[in-house]
Amino acid sequence: MKKTHVKTNDVIFQPVTKVVAFIIIIYSLHLFFSGHYTPGGGFIGGLMTAAAFVLLLLAFDVKTVEKTLNVDYIKMTATGLLIAVLTGLGSFFYNVPFLTQTFSYVDIPLLGKTALATAVLFDLGVYLVVIGVTMTIIQTIGETE
Amino acid sequence: MSYLHLAILAPLLFSIFIPFFYKIFRRIHTGWFVLPLPIILFIYFLTFIPITSNQKTIIESLNWIPSLGINFTAKVDGLGLLFALLITGIGALVVLYSIYYLAKDKEKLNTFYVYLLLFMGAMLGVVLSDNLIVMYAFWELTSFSSFLLIGYWYERDKSRYGAQKSMLITVFGGLAMLCGIILLYIMTGTFSITEIVPQSNEIFHHALFIPALLCILLGAFTKSAQFPFYIWLPDAMEAPTPVSAYLHSATMVKAGIYLVARFTPVFGESSVWFWLVAGVGMITLIWGSVFAVKQTDLKSILAFSTVSQLGLIMSLLGVGAAALHYEALDDNIFTVATTAAIFHLINHATFKGSLFMAAGIIDHETGTRDIHKLGGLMHVMPITFTISMIGAFSMAGLPPFNGFLSKEMFFTAMVHVTEMDIFNLETWGVLFPVIAWFASVFTFIYCMILVFKTFMGKYQPEKLGKKPHEAPIGMLISPIILVSLVIIFGLFPNLLSDSLISPAMAAVLPSLLQVGGVFEVHITFWHGLTIELFMTMGVIIMGLILYKTYPKWKKIYKAIPEKLSINGFYDGTIERSQSVSNKLMNMNMNGSIRSYLAYIFAFLIIILSTTLIWKNAFKLDTSNVSSIGVYEVVLAIFVMVGSISILFVKSRMTSIILLGAVGYTVSLFYVLFRAPDLALTQLVIETISVALFLVCFYHLPKLRKFETRLTFKLTNALISFGVGAVVTAIALSAHSNKLFSSISQYYVENTYEEAAGKNMVNVILVDFRGFDTLFEITVLAIAALGIYSMIKLRLNRGKEG
Repeated sequence: MKKTHVKTNDVIFQPVTKVVAFIIIIYSLHLFFSGHYTPGGGFIGGLMTAAAFVLLLLAFDVKTVEKTLNVDYIKMTATGLLIAVLTGLGSFFYNVPFLTQTFSYVDIPLLGKTALATAVLFDLGVYLVVIGVTMTIIQTIGETE
Repeated sequence: MSYLHLAILAPLLFSIFIPFFYKIFRRIHTGWFVLPLPIILFIYFLTFIPITSNQKTIIESLNWIPSLGINFTAKVDGLGLLFALLITGIGALVVLYSIYYLAKDKEKLNTFYVYLLLFMGAMLGVVLSDNLIVMYAFWELTSFSSFLLIGYWYERDKSRYGAQKSMLITVFGGLAMLCGIILLYIMTGTFSITEIVPQSNEIFHHALFIPALLCILLGAFTKSAQFPFYIWLPDAMEAPTPVSAYLHSATMVKAGIYLVARFTPVFGESSVWFWLVAGVGMITLIWGSVFAVKQTDLKSILAFSTVSQLGLIMSLLGVGAAALHYEALDDNIFTVATTAAIFHLINHATFKGSLFMAAGIIDHETGTRDIHKLGGLMHVMPITFTISMIGAFSMAGLPPFNGFLSKEMFFTAMVHVTEMDIFNLETWGVLFPVIAWFASVFTFIYCMILVFKTFMGKYQPEKLGKKPHEAPIGMLISPIILVSLVIIFGLFPNLLSDSLISPAMAAVLPSLLQVGGVFEVHITFWHGLTIELFMTMGVIIMGLILYKTYPKWKKIYKAIPEKLSINGFYDGTIERSQSVSNKLMNMNMNGSIRSYLAYIFAFLIIILSTTLIWKNAFKLDTSNVSSIGVYEVVLAIFVMVGSISILFVKSRMTSIILLGAVGYTVSLFYVLFRAPDLALTQLVIETISVALFLVCFYHLPKLRKFETRLTFKLTNALISFGVGAVVTAIALSAHSNKLFSSISQYYVENTYEEAAGKNMVNVILVDFRGFDTLFEITVLAIAALGIYSMIKLRLNRGKEG
């Protein structure tokens, strides 16, 4: 992330990034949601999403990405941790041990019979923490002189 | 809580109020408030005499830690009462003396009397406790309060040196004693002396008998300044004189004597006990008296004489223990040693206390204690002269003072040793009277030096710091009382025999008494023309000759090199232990992380490999090994080549890339071993960490960036090879030693049924073992926050510029 004074014109890189970043994000969401059934899950999904952000950082400069995404990654980390803990605490309301996960099959219009599991909520926490952590590290190091 | 407990704890409780007296009543000397307490306690303890002289003991118990068998049991028997009377009686006299000795406007009287009362209470606790742990607690309190008292003038170097020395030596002995107490507890299952004494026969045949005996004796010898631990006592003379008179002549140094007397019924049957107690006492006796002659400082002479007299009492106790071997009491001539020990204990407290006080008066009124500067004070200080003379003559063993009687009895006991037929005494016993006689000659010489060099001879007022004059009457009261006791006990020795000595003997030698029996103690002034009388006459004649010729032969002392002395050894040991530990620390704690890693890995290798060999755990079992495919071999070669070449490449960039290559190969391994989740994660993480390595590499300072190959060091190579070998060996034997089948079958069966998932890895991560994951993401969050704060938060950025 070396700053150059001469502004180069990344005519090919930037448009390609605009397309590819979305594909990566969608793929990462796929990895995240399908984690319970196929390889994937919160961890690798979060890393993939972070990779898409990093791609944006490479193609554009730090300020542009910050303005576009407008995310405080430290808060994101905290939110992720909070969600993970809350899913665990939720089990107390049903008088079962901490972090007991449950699931049920629900008929949702358009999607049909779908399994909704609280484990996915926990995974969401993992997902957010991983994005937050990766982006915090990369952005902090990138911003230093 | 009985009155007895209250009496023991009274000095400790009273010490709390001393600072208040000091602050509120500034015009009255604080000592006046302290004085009534020891007097009341003395009178209180006097009331026990009728009880103990009927051979009865009083035991009062107070629960402290009953679950551990530690209770504050106070016991008054003849021995304890004798010491309690000494402590409170001389304590009262010392407090009275200190009121006139310490000026109320110059000294910090509040601390002085607090320490003194702490000491008094501790000492009472030592002699009146039946429980050994409680006794040990009080014992250490005497060490601490004595440390504080010696260092009372803490702005002086010598006081601090003396305090530290006495602390190190007495606490060393105290800890040894604690070991002895614990060993006794292991043997008997009780901390109570009263319960231990009847078991002495079982203890005698126990394997731990000798270690316990040595530990207890170590405690007694260090406290009572026996050879070679006497060295702290002369340096403790930096304390104020009332302290020297109280602690270092009458009470604390006799704590070891008390201990030996107390444990005689337990250990006394052993020949080791006899030879150690009597032998060390003899050595201390002769050593202390010979070196006392050399000293030129009044208090140093008294310190060495205390050492010598303590040796005398100790040797008498040792010889007295031998009486346990002779059954018939009627003609048991050996109990005279114990009688002499107890009698001399009382006598020594009286005359040594008065001598110290007299020395303090001389110091106070003339400004010096150096016998070269003193002289001709007889006419200036007639009362002090009389006191010193009586005290010194009693110490020398001249009639009609009490020292004469105890010295006669000492000679009697030593002569009887030659008649004993145990412990090789038929041959070696003759040494005892000979050493005793020589030591007495030297005792006579230093007593004469003490009196005549100070009070006779040329009066040299120009050398003295002040214009000398007689001490105020208040300062003289205490030594006068003590010397009158010297004379009274000398003329009427049987005043004490039934009331104090006989009950004390019953406590030291209980097994010699029949039920209801009493030791017949009869001290006579004149027992006819016996060998002891001739020995005393020899002592006087020889002593006079040697004293007259002293200037001619005192050069002999100079021939003894300073380095060989025990003080030199002590100082050297202290210095060497500091420099050696310093060197040792500097050698292994060199601040280099490289060497610490070498230690850690070396110990890892040593511990793990010895365990493997010692437990015979290494095992190779190939029955449970799957076949090896081509892909695995290829990938393994990749990893091996990658890792080994990292060691040999010159450029850091290359090693980063090689590391990445190894990481990607590992992810291929995951693919090969069917771990898609791991493979995905490994790929992404490896990419990120290689990128971070590159960032680090990019920011390396230009100066240090020169590219070198890793230098070869044999130890490093050996250690890394060893770690690899040990870990491989453990991995192989762990695989070959599988004792239980895996629990993974449960996950396979229940992943879908219980957790509605088909990706077993993910289900384990978020559902079965979600707790771990929760904290792993916490670790990640902490890492991110750490990096963020390390980079953003630079408090010293401004200073560095």
